[in-house]
Amino acid sequence: MVFSQLISTIIFLPILGAIIIAICSREKPTLLRGIAFIVTLATFCISIGLFSGFVVGDGGFQFIEEAPWIPSLGITYKVGIDGISLFLVLLSTLLSVIAVAASWTDIKTRVKEFLICLLLLESGMIGVFVALDLFLFYVFWEVMLIPMYLLIGIWGNPARRIYAAIKFFIYTMFGSLLMLVAILVVYFYHGSQTGSYTFDLLSWYNLNLPLSMQIWLFLAFGIAFAIKVPMFPFHTWLPDAHTEAPTVGSVLLAAVLLKMGTYGFLRFNLPLFPEASVLFVPLLAGLALVGIIYGALVAMVQADVKRLVAFSSVSHLGFVVLGIFALNIEGMTGGLLQMLNHGFSTGALFLIVGMIYERRHTRMIADFGGLSSVMPIFATFFLIVALSSIGLPGLNGFVGEFLVLLGAFQAEPLWAVVAGLGVILAAVYMLWMYQRVMFGTVAKEENRHLKDLTLREAAILLVMVFFIIQFGVYPKPYLDRMQPSIKTVLQRVQERTAHLDADAGALGLMNQVLFVKRSAVVTVPHPPAALTQGRQRP
Amino acid sequence: MTIDTSSILVSIIGPELVLVIAALGLMVTDAFAKNKTDQRLLLWIGLAGILGSVAVAWSLWGTEPVYGFGGMVVADNFSTFFTMLFLVAGGLTLLMSENYVDTQGLAPGEYFALTLFATSGMVLMARSTDLIMLFLGLEVLSVSLYVLAGYMRHSDRSAEGALKYFLLGAFSTGFLLYGIALAYGVAGTTRLAEIGNLVAQKHMLKEPMLLAAMGLLLIGIGFKIAMVPFHMWAPDVYEGAPSPITAYMSVGVKAAAFAALLRVFSGSLAELHDHWREIFWIGSVLTMTIGNVAALLQNNIKRMLAYSSIAHAGYILIGVVAGGQMGTAAVLYYLLVYTLMTVGAFAVVIAIEKQDEQHLDIRDYAGIGSRHVSLGVAMAIFMFSLASIPPLSGFMGKFYIFSAAVKEGYIGLTLIGIFNSLISVYYYLRVTVLMFMKEPEGEPIAVRIQPALAAVLIIAVIFTIQMGLFPATYLQFAANSIKIFL
Repeated sequence: MVFSQLISTIIFLPILGAIIIAICSREKPTLLRGIAFIVTLATFCISIGLFSGFVVGDGGFQFIEEAPWIPSLGITYKVGIDGISLFLVLLSTLLSVIAVAASWTDIKTRVKEFLICLLLLESGMIGVFVALDLFLFYVFWEVMLIPMYLLIGIWGNPARRIYAAIKFFIYTMFGSLLMLVAILVVYFYHGSQTGSYTFDLLSWYNLNLPLSMQIWLFLAFGIAFAIKVPMFPFHTWLPDAHTEAPTVGSVLLAAVLLKMGTYGFLRFNLPLFPEASVLFVPLLAGLALVGIIYGALVAMVQADVKRLVAFSSVSHLGFVVLGIFALNIEGMTGGLLQMLNHGFSTGALFLIVGMIYERRHTRMIADFGGLSSVMPIFATFFLIVALSSIGLPGLNGFVGEFLVLLGAFQAEPLWAVVAGLGVILAAVYMLWMYQRVMFGTVAKEENRHLKDLTLREAAILLVMVFFIIQFGVYPKPYLDRMQPSIKTVLQRVQERTAHLDADAGALGLMNQVLFVKRSAVVTVPHPPAALTQGRQRP
Repeated sequence: MTIDTSSILVSIIGPELVLVIAALGLMVTDAFAKNKTDQRLLLWIGLAGILGSVAVAWSLWGTEPVYGFGGMVVADNFSTFFTMLFLVAGGLTLLMSENYVDTQGLAPGEYFALTLFATSGMVLMARSTDLIMLFLGLEVLSVSLYVLAGYMRHSDRSAEGALKYFLLGAFSTGFLLYGIALAYGVAGTTRLAEIGNLVAQKHMLKEPMLLAAMGLLLIGIGFKIAMVPFHMWAPDVYEGAPSPITAYMSVGVKAAAFAALLRVFSGSLAELHDHWREIFWIGSVLTMTIGNVAALLQNNIKRMLAYSSIAHAGYILIGVVAGGQMGTAAVLYYLLVYTLMTVGAFAVVIAIEKQDEQHLDIRDYAGIGSRHVSLGVAMAIFMFSLASIPPLSGFMGKFYIFSAAVKEGYIGLTLIGIFNSLISVYYYLRVTVLMFMKEPEGEPIAVRIQPALAAVLIIAVIFTIQMGLFPATYLQFAANSIKIFL
């Protein structure tokens, strides 16, 4: 067992699978699906090794692998995981298995290319979460774009798939290019300060960037991540991409790709630009709250179930961002947990929408009604998932949302009040949709003879529901592994910002920035002028 | 003036000599060729010339520069790098042309010979350490290409493009010559190194004649790299010329002109960089932006690639502006990756193009990706690479260029470059959208790829991926080639 190269194995196994599929004949789609299924399943099984080998209580990085890549620029192939990325990696590998299974009958054209895209996407997703070298991270971040773009553009809904695919691509690209410049700026700053030119994230963590630089860098990274999340007002690509993508595309987009934005905030923005993060808390929390309410209100009026679920993502991801920028242990843990919960709940919702679309070729709420009597098993799964999305106690959504609200309340009670309103609205749009689709009398003739779930579909949903319940009833194994890493991040932020005037909070910091001469901050590397002033005040 | 024959050192121009001899051999063989099978031989003679030249050029790769012809020609790492680049581009052009001359019914003899002559001109340009020699190389290159651009005699567009290229080219050469004359007037020499020394010693920054010379040289060279506002000729010429020649012009001529630009500006006139940096800064911004915006509107694939090549010259200019070890190395590396991905893209165009310039509309590409998967995937790789998506080589090139710019503090220029990349994503994606996501409207296009063209595609795909994933060797190669400027 190549235990020391566990992470590389799970990154490159799907690529290997893609190569094998590329060689095989396209005449046997079932064989190709089988290969893809075995590869993704093997990847998932190996990734469980990360969970079992993970040292609980250690907030640092584990399973680190390092190899030189482009030595002249200080670029290394460096990967590793901590409690934050561990579960996101597991989520990616698990949902890839689900994705292959869910596409079994859904995708009938160009199966070979579809599976290759799916496997490459999996490698990209895992890579993003494990990269500890900023250059490597950027490469994975962008690599992922191509298969997703193809998934939407080729296998999407014929009417508007191309528009949605291009919008998705250019939107994301815009953010990532800004991030690229920011990465380069930090790289050269690090080089000029320490003499070692490296893209190693762990070295960058020791860097004290002047506040004036941090602000710009935070914005450049932040816009890239905010687009990916997506946060209001950068969310407009999401409803189109989700609605037009094939079921599997929507599932992976919602369950994994959106998490990269919030993951980016946790991994890069907070530890690298702590002072700027504190400064921007009001802005980000504000946008998160707008997203929560706005997403919920727009979801309420959708006529298309898939679009409704898409907008509910905007609302749910608002909770995640709010939790992260509450900047306390409860909020951040809740945010991270909510990332996983959203992956399961919304992933399952998209699967459910896909299953019903496969039968009826429509997703309009008005076309349904009374399905619970025709498809009882389906109705049961749907109900559990819908309730989990709302945050019913005992199911996963509750734990995350509760922790987020707790954290938000500690930070600023008003936030919790507004976010609480979002929870109520979630119940409104989700239950109302459920009622219109599932209950009542069967109004349409076509709906009278719909087949209930097949064994394959039931098994897929069973896996999702298993985790939905397990996270809700016993989240301890997850929380135990997450919290030390979150504490590490939080400590880093608090240590760096402790000398700032605690009572004045963000507003005081803002004043300090405004009254410090710009040139002084730019030229004096460290300690930055703004911070020394803060220190002298008490 | 006495001529010291010992300083001639013929071996210095070995690569050029091999090319010229091969070209002459081609013309003789062509004269005696009776049938098609004899004509097959022509390609092999051409390739033999290229390979021989590669071998000679590689033997000159060393640490110390060697001067010949009284110091007018040099063999240093810089020139060897560019020689290799031209030979690779020239060899791939020959391979692509094999199929093309056949389907378009062109006479292959002169065509191949002229391609080799043009290559020898480029090599001479990269080697020259004297403005007169530079001019000589440029003329050998240009005259061959004036003919090649109009090689499709029966096509109106080809004739129009060639005439335009000739008139504007002659005009710009005039500027270059005036620049050389003025530089000679100020410095009393045409040797680049001596001009450089004089500029450094005498603080001639205020000398109006020198500045005028610099400006005129800039126009002359700017014309060849299609720097805005001297780019007007490019789209028409690129559209009209035979497709392999278009590919060759957009990579070879551009690289040769950049070699000259680096020799003259980063080398000889380095002391004046405060003056020319700003000009190139503006030139770079205009070139990127106008190239990209115009490319958005094109429906003819050759025109689109022409404008895209203008835009890429703009990105490369960022590296020139940034300068220094990193910026200059980035220019070289970028030219290398740009050559392979652009040649690859043109190879796909040639595979799809039919007689009488049919199927050059981008909309003709609809559905090709689903019926000819390998061709579609190859084109997608070139397009994504041109759009600088990692891990392809185009991304590495831009990454290196932008790194150099950020290092030198040109954040604004970098941001403009980045927004331009974003614009370019749209038109490169459009090709992939058509190839993979649309169905053809009329009869599907039949595509048949001859072995020579397949070889070009395979080489281009492999290197586009390999130079992106493992760029370390190439970066080192580029860094070793620019020691003369430091």
